[in-house]
Amino acid sequence: MDDTICAIATSLGVGAISIIRLSGDKAIEITNSIFSNPIKKGESHIIKYGHITLDNEIIDEVLVMVMRAPKTYTKEDVVEINCHGGYTTTNKILEVLLTKGCRLAEPGEFTKRAFLNGRINLLESEAVNELINAKTESKRKLSLNQIGGNLTKIINDIREDIISLMANIEVNIDYPEYTDNLVITENLLNEKLVVISQKLDQLVKGASYGKIVSDGINVAIIGKPNVGKSSILNHLLDEEKAIVTDIAGTTRDLVEGIISLDGIEVKLIDTAGIHETTDVVEKIGVEKSNQALNDADLVLLVLDGSRPLDEDDKKLLNVIKDKKHVIFVNKNDEKIVINISDDNVIYGNTKSVNGLDSLKDTLIEMFNINEINKDLTYLSNARQISLVNRANDAMKKAKESLDSGIPIDLIESDLKTCYDLLGEIIGDTYEDALIDRLFRDFCVGK
Amino acid sequence: MYDVIVVGAGHAGCEAAHIAAFMGKKTLLVTANIDNLADMPCNPSIGGSAKGIIVREIDALGGLMGKVADYSHFQIKMLNNSKGPAVRALRAQADKRVYPKVMRKYLDETPNLEIKEGMVENLIVDNNTVTGVVLNNGEKIEGTSVILTTGTYLNANILIGSENTPGGPHGEKRSNELSTNLHKLGFNIKRLKTGTPQRIKADSINFDILKPETGDDVYWTFSFDVEPQYDLNRQQKCYLVYTNENTHQIIRDNLKKSAMYGGYATGVGPRYCPSIEDKIVRFADKERHQLFLEPESIYYDEWYLQGFSTSMPRDVQEKMVHSLKGLENAVISKYAYAIEYDAIDPMQISPSLETKIIKNLYTAGQINGTSGYEEAAGQGLIAGINASLKIDNKEEFILKRHEAYIGVLIDDLVTKGITDPYRMLTSRAEFRLLLRHDNADIRLTKKAYDIGAVSEDKYQRFTNKMAKIKTLKELLNNNKLVITDEVKKDFKERNISIPSGNFNYLTLLKRPEITMDIIKRYLDLSDYTHEECEQVEIEYKYEGYINKEYQEKEKLDKLEEKQIPDDIDYSKIKNIASEARQKLALVRPKTIAQASRISGVNPVDISLLLVYMKREYSKDANK
Repeated sequence: MDDTICAIATSLGVGAISIIRLSGDKAIEITNSIFSNPIKKGESHIIKYGHITLDNEIIDEVLVMVMRAPKTYTKEDVVEINCHGGYTTTNKILEVLLTKGCRLAEPGEFTKRAFLNGRINLLESEAVNELINAKTESKRKLSLNQIGGNLTKIINDIREDIISLMANIEVNIDYPEYTDNLVITENLLNEKLVVISQKLDQLVKGASYGKIVSDGINVAIIGKPNVGKSSILNHLLDEEKAIVTDIAGTTRDLVEGIISLDGIEVKLIDTAGIHETTDVVEKIGVEKSNQALNDADLVLLVLDGSRPLDEDDKKLLNVIKDKKHVIFVNKNDEKIVINISDDNVIYGNTKSVNGLDSLKDTLIEMFNINEINKDLTYLSNARQISLVNRANDAMKKAKESLDSGIPIDLIESDLKTCYDLLGEIIGDTYEDALIDRLFRDFCVGK
Repeated sequence: MYDVIVVGAGHAGCEAAHIAAFMGKKTLLVTANIDNLADMPCNPSIGGSAKGIIVREIDALGGLMGKVADYSHFQIKMLNNSKGPAVRALRAQADKRVYPKVMRKYLDETPNLEIKEGMVENLIVDNNTVTGVVLNNGEKIEGTSVILTTGTYLNANILIGSENTPGGPHGEKRSNELSTNLHKLGFNIKRLKTGTPQRIKADSINFDILKPETGDDVYWTFSFDVEPQYDLNRQQKCYLVYTNENTHQIIRDNLKKSAMYGGYATGVGPRYCPSIEDKIVRFADKERHQLFLEPESIYYDEWYLQGFSTSMPRDVQEKMVHSLKGLENAVISKYAYAIEYDAIDPMQISPSLETKIIKNLYTAGQINGTSGYEEAAGQGLIAGINASLKIDNKEEFILKRHEAYIGVLIDDLVTKGITDPYRMLTSRAEFRLLLRHDNADIRLTKKAYDIGAVSEDKYQRFTNKMAKIKTLKELLNNNKLVITDEVKKDFKERNISIPSGNFNYLTLLKRPEITMDIIKRYLDLSDYTHEECEQVEIEYKYEGYINKEYQEKEKLDKLEEKQIPDDIDYSKIKNIASEARQKLALVRPKTIAQASRISGVNPVDISLLLVYMKREYSKDANK
C-alpha cells in the first residue's frame, strides 16, 4: 500500500464524462504535475477547474475533485479527474498519470485499501465488490443494503441476544451468592435458545434468498421435440424485451436467455436433448443436458395437451418427480386429452399467448420473489453463508447438549462460538464485550 | 547483601518472599508493620468463583495461600457445585486473626528468609538495574533483585465524606516518596480507588430475623496436601441482609456528601465492586440490594457488612445502616471508607513480572492494578519464582492462558493494561474447562517441580496420584457392565436408560446420567479417592467439550509460536493504525498471539505486522 494507484472509475465506452481516480500519498503531487490549476496546501473536498497538460500541450479541459485523507473512500488522499468521455482522451490521461508515477490499480484495490485502512468492515467491503458487479436492480439494492448496515444490524441484534444471555449465565457463575439475580435455568435457557434459533433460521433462509438475488434462478425447460418449448422461450424473452444475451463458454451454452422477474434474474436453459440415445455425438449433448437439469433451481416440463401421454412423456414426468418443477400443458386452444395430477400444472397455449402470465406468477410464488423484494437484507456470498450456517450449527449443538443434560456453563461455549462466528461475518471481535455487559446488566460486588 | 528483597508483606509479598527463600535465595521481607503481615483489610474470605481456582493453582505451584486458608477458616463452600466442573470453586470464610498468624508461622519456618520492619521510600538504581532499597530512615539495603508488593500503601488516602486523610488501611503509615521515585524512573503512575464497608458489633445485630447462610456439609481443602482441619458442625454462619426504599432514599438525599459523588476523589474505582451509592444510582429501579453479614473472626465480635461499601460521611452511614432490617440498633465499630492509592501501568512490565524499564525489579499485586488477595498472591508467587530463576540464569517461568488462571491474569495485565482495578472472573478465561479447580495440580505441579518451586514430598504425592488415576482408567476400561436383570431393575428404578449391550465402564461414563457413584455399585473402587474418581469422570464425561478447548488451544499455540523479534521497530510498519502502533510499541508483545490480544490492535494490523515481519526478517535470513 505504499504506492499511489489510479484507474478509470467509470465504465469504458462512450459517455458524456469519464472519471479517473487516484489514491495514495502522492495523488495530489502527481495531479499537480499535469494540472494547470495546482491544488494548494490545505485545499480539500473541493472541485477545481483547469486543464490537463503534458509538455505544454492541452490534453483535456477537466474538473478535479480533491479529497485529502482521512475523510475519503480509502482514507488516503484521493483525487478524481472528471474529463470528457471517450476512449482516447480518457486513456491518454491515464497513460500520462502512469508515466508520472502512478500504478494502475488492480480490480477492487480501492476497496481493499478502504478495508485495510479501517474505513469499512469486511461485510461492507464484500458488499461494495458485489455492487460493482451487480447486474440487476435487486442485486444492486442488496449490495446497497449491506453497505448501509441493515444486515449488520440484524446480526448485531442476534449477537446482542446471545451476549446478554451469556452475561446472565456468567453472573450466575461468578456471583452465585446473589440470589436476587435472574438464574438461567435449563427451562429458561431452552426458551431463550428457541428465540435465538428462530432468528438464525431467518438469517439462513434469507441466505437462500440472497443467493437468488445475487445468482438468479436457473430454470431448465424440458419436453419432447415440437411440444412448444421454443415458442414459450421466445414469448417469454420477447415480452420482456429482455436481456437476451449470448453468453459464451461451454458450460453455459445451454442458456437461451435471461429475463428479469420483479428484478430477479431468471436464466432460461433449454435442454432439448433429453432423451435416450445411442448416437455418440448426441450423447455428449444429453449428458450436458442432464447436468443442466441437476443444477436447475426449477424444471419446467412442457407437454402437448392435445395428444395422449406416451412413454417419453412418462419418463420425463418421472425425471422431474423429485425436483422443484412446473408442468406447462400446451395447446389448450385444441382439445385437452390428458389429465395430470400435480400441484403445479398450468394450462395454456403459445398461439394466443395464454397461460404465460400464470407461469410467471407461479415462479414468483414458488421462489417467494414478492417476499424477497420487500426486504433486501440477505447474506449473499459463500463466506457469509458458510459462517451463518456454522453459527446455526453451534446453536443447534447448544440445544442438543441442553437436552442431554450437559451443564449450562459448558453450553455457554457453544453460545460463544455462535457469537464469534456471527462477529466474523461483520468483522467484529471485541473480547471484553462480555465483561462490560456483565457489569452493565447486573448489580454485584462488595 | 540479599539475593531478593521483597517490599511489603501482604498476600503478594508473603508468597514472593517464601518461594524465593524456598528456591534457595537469601531473602529479606521488608514491611512497615510486622504485626500487620498477611493482613486482610477488606473481606474476611479467601477464594470464590475463579479466585478459588487461583488459590488451588498457588498451592499446586508451591505457594502458601491454600494451606494457610485451610488452617484458618471457619466456613467453607464449593461454589457452583450444581453447575459444570469448569466453574466450581472453593470459598472460605477465613479468620482475620488466625490467617496472619498461620502465615507468619510458615514464613518463620522458611530457611533463608528474614523479616524486617521498615518503610521503603526509594530504590537504588544503577545503569537501569535495581541494586537495593532505601528506607525512610536513610538505611540502605542491597539486593540483587527487588520485588515491590506495595498494596494500597503508595501515596494512600482514606476518604470518608469530605474528609481526606493520608494513610493506609487501619490508619497505617503510607509510603510518601516511593511512588514519586518510581515516576522519576519512568513509570506511568495511575491513581486507583477501592473501598471497604462498615464493621458492626455482633451484640448489636438482631440475628433472629436474618436469613442464615451455612457452609457445606462436606469436607473440602484448598491445598492438595492437607487434611481437612475443621469440624463440619462448628462452621460459622453468615447472614443475608437487604436494603430497602428507605435506605435508598437516605443515600439519594445525601449523594453529594459522598467522597465519590461530591467530587472529593480522583481515583478510578473497580467496576465489579461498586459502592452502595453507585449501585443506587446505576440500578435506580432495583427495589432492594442484597448484603451479607460475615463474621471477621471467632476471636472478636466484629461483622463485615458485604455490599455496603461507601464513602459517605459517618452520620449518613449511621442512618444508612440503621435503615436495614436487623440492624436498627447496630453499633458501627469501623466506618466504611474509600481508599485511593498509586499503581503503575502494568503494560510497563513483562510476563515474568520484571519491569521493562528497570532490570531485576519486579512488581506484584495491587501495584500492578489488580484487586483481591488471591490475584495478589498469584502474582507474588510468579514474581518470586522469576526473580530466583533469573539469579540462576534460568529461563523465565511464564504460564500460558490455557495453563492457569494466573497465566490469564498476568497476560491480561501486561497485554491489555487496566482501566480499573482488575478482578479475576471465570469469563476472562477462554479455556476454563481446561482450567478447573480439580486439575490444578495436574496442570502445574510438574512444571513447578522442574524449576525447583515444589518440594520432593509434594511431588511424590502428585506422581502417586497420577499413577492411581492411570490404573483407575485401566480398571474401568478392562471391565464391562454385564446387563443382568438385576442391573436392568436397578437402572429402571433410577430412571436411567438401559445400555443396549455390555459396554466397558469407561464408555458408560460418557453418558450424562451414569456417574462414578452408579459405577461404584457394580465395581469395587474403594482403593480410589474421591478426587481420583472425579478426575476420570470429568475427563470422559465432558470429553467433547474438553477436546473442543484443546483444539482452540492448539490454534492459539500456533500463534504463540510466531515470535516477534525483540528489535522490531513498529514505526517502520507502513499503514498500521496509529493507535495500534502506539500500543504495540508500549507492550512490545513477545508473540503474534499476544499482539492480537492488545486492545486497539485489529486483525488488519496483525496482517500488516505479519507481512512486515515476513518481508523484513526473511530478507535478513537471505543475506
